Amino acid sequence: MQHSRIVITGVGLTSPNGNTLEEYRKNLLEGVARIQMVDMRYMGEVPAGVCDYDPKKYQTRKELRVGTRAGSVAIYCAREAIDDSGLDFENYDKSRIGVYVGTTEHGNVETEHEVYNISKFDYDTKFWTHHHNPRTVANNPAGEITINMGITGPHYTIGAACAAGNAGLIQALQMLRLGEVDFALAGGVSESTQSFGIFAGFKSQGALGTHPTDVNKTSRPFDKSRNGIVVSEGGCIYTLERLEDAQARGAKILGEIVGYRINSDASDYVLPNPERQAECMRQALAVAGMEPGEVDIVNTHATSTPMGDIQEMKAIAEVFNDCPSTYINNTKGYIGHCMGAAGALELAGNLPSFQDNIIHPTINVEELDPECDLPNLVINEPRKVDAVKVILNNSFGMLGINSALIIKKFED
Amino acid sequence: MTEDQVKQIVIDIIDEIAPDEDTTGLKPEVNLRDQMDLDSMDFLDIVMELRKQHGIEVPEEDYPKLASLDSCAEYLTPKFNAK
Repeated sequence: MQHSRIVITGVGLTSPNGNTLEEYRKNLLEGVARIQMVDMRYMGEVPAGVCDYDPKKYQTRKELRVGTRAGSVAIYCAREAIDDSGLDFENYDKSRIGVYVGTTEHGNVETEHEVYNISKFDYDTKFWTHHHNPRTVANNPAGEITINMGITGPHYTIGAACAAGNAGLIQALQMLRLGEVDFALAGGVSESTQSFGIFAGFKSQGALGTHPTDVNKTSRPFDKSRNGIVVSEGGCIYTLERLEDAQARGAKILGEIVGYRINSDASDYVLPNPERQAECMRQALAVAGMEPGEVDIVNTHATSTPMGDIQEMKAIAEVFNDCPSTYINNTKGYIGHCMGAAGALELAGNLPSFQDNIIHPTINVEELDPECDLPNLVINEPRKVDAVKVILNNSFGMLGINSALIIKKFED
Repeated sequence: MTEDQVKQIVIDIIDEIAPDEDTTGLKPEVNLRDQMDLDSMDFLDIVMELRKQHGIEVPEEDYPKLASLDSCAEYLTPKFNAK
């Protein structure tokens, strides 16, 4: 079957270390991590990645009071993406725009806040807010985008644990190819830093990262001393279009999605499965019609957990065996694990490589874990290469959901 | 408590729940919704804040009595004074 070619024409993002792609990329190339200690309800201080975008840039104070943090992050990113795309948004048919936002989870934050609220009233539920349901319905972040921007096409969130950013993009690609929409806002968001339950859950699992001296070194994928995740918030939304539509309006094209795959481990609630991860990458390559050696950058999902990083490297070693020009990197050392936003944000960090041919490194590696030592793992210093034309973006999540997205530098 | 004090309490709540609105110069006899961008959820917020901050209950059938500052004062002042 002949499919339409789907291209990326704009990006809007907020990450703990940048509120524009330019700022974010600059910090990735300069090794600037931005993690901080935050006071977590019931837990005390924990490391977290927090975004400092200006929420009032696109929302009224009332919208911010009524809506959710995930909705606010989504609105900021969507508006920035539209601006970056150069689309004549005011005159565009809003019924032909689809909104597909990936989330790891939604509703934990709002529910925890409300339970805390009624704890101040002896748990009398008459003090429970009427805003609870619109805040916690699973479509909330995508729906807030449509309300804020007057978009009347379809919207929903894609719940895919920490593979959600990639899943949002894949959903948008499919809807564009089906002709359901003509323009898509797609990616992922996270507000997880406001949920003590997520931090406490990782801590009980033995997977919440700590560092004895430097909070910015807490997230340290592939380092021998790594001991867990840093939970972060963030968002990254792209504008996607069919190639012919993008070209007809003279859009700049940041890259083309040429391959993708989501599969399932079918093995465990939390433990990764390298066999299925490798299968996911191979199947994405098959969709793209590519050999592993054609990939220039593999963005790893590695979250700085002792076992997860090793398992992913096993999967990559199997697929990219004997691929001398395939480099491997990671972004979580800078920004922690942005959960539902992770896949989309990490892809954005690598997209400028199509122009500058520089691969940002994984940072905070003081002693490389021999079990994570793959050839061409870019460590601590950026690597300049002859050309970057293909990026494979991994993103994996709990319940054994794996995703791999392949983006190609645009060539007509 | 006087009616003016009750009006100020309602204005303070509106300042919290509708922070983009300018509440200076509100006409007390005119419906609040005719002077500000308030929706039904905002009125539920007013009811909730009266409950939370002041222990005042407004049953659903009485919601229309919160239409203007004057009607708020007329309806709520006896409730405040009965506490």
